[in-house]
Amino acid sequence: MDREDLVAKLKEIVAPYTHDKDSLATISPSTDFIKDLKINSANLVDVILDVEEEFDIEIDNMEMARMLNVGETISIIEDKLKALDRK
Amino acid sequence: MNKAEILAHLPYEKPFLFVDELEEIDENGAKGSYTFDAGLDFYKGHFRDSPVTPGVILTETMAQIGLVCLGIYLSGSAQGGMPGHVMLTSTAIDFMKPVFPGEKVTVTAQKVYFRFKKLNCTVQMTNSVGEVVCKGTISGMVTNKMNG
Repeated sequence: MDREDLVAKLKEIVAPYTHDKDSLATISPSTDFIKDLKINSANLVDVILDVEEEFDIEIDNMEMARMLNVGETISIIEDKLKALDRK
Repeated sequence: MNKAEILAHLPYEKPFLFVDELEEIDENGAKGSYTFDAGLDFYKGHFRDSPVTPGVILTETMAQIGLVCLGIYLSGSAQGGMPGHVMLTSTAIDFMKPVFPGEKVTVTAQKVYFRFKKLNCTVQMTNSVGEVVCKGTISGMVTNKMNG
């Protein structure tokens, strides 16, 4: 899966929790979940759980703490998929 | 944590404490009860001359018994954990029957997940004859601070 596909999938996942539709429309690796998409901390957990389900991976507390923007989240997903040989 | 310790850790007082008894608690859920004192102030205005318990108060009761007691138990029972505070983050409740002044209700909650400090539960309230009064899902974040 290439980076563009990953961003597109992540966009679908965050859409229901996003309170800034303009930021969602222009989503990019630098998009911040809290500052730009206005996702609250409780829904951020739902984003992580949905990412786990969508990609069939498990995120730990350390990784969760880093997943604050689209770019970091994509790189964690990529690392996980690579480790599982499922890129 | 035992039931008495959990009740002692609840940050509420009258007239906003809506837990009388915690009957069951384990890592998967909680069960408790509350009797609505007919003298509670909000009955004077909800509604004029026909007091009925407001839906927000029923929701609060389910949150205190289901979400908060369970959140305190789970955070306090975790390895090296301290019992936290629970900040309500979302509710989706359907209401089926009215609850009148003086009625005793029982709340049961089942954990859906507790991950990254977010607790999500299904909750159900029944009246003294076992009819379902309201039910739905409630979630909150377990924090160390009282106000988020």
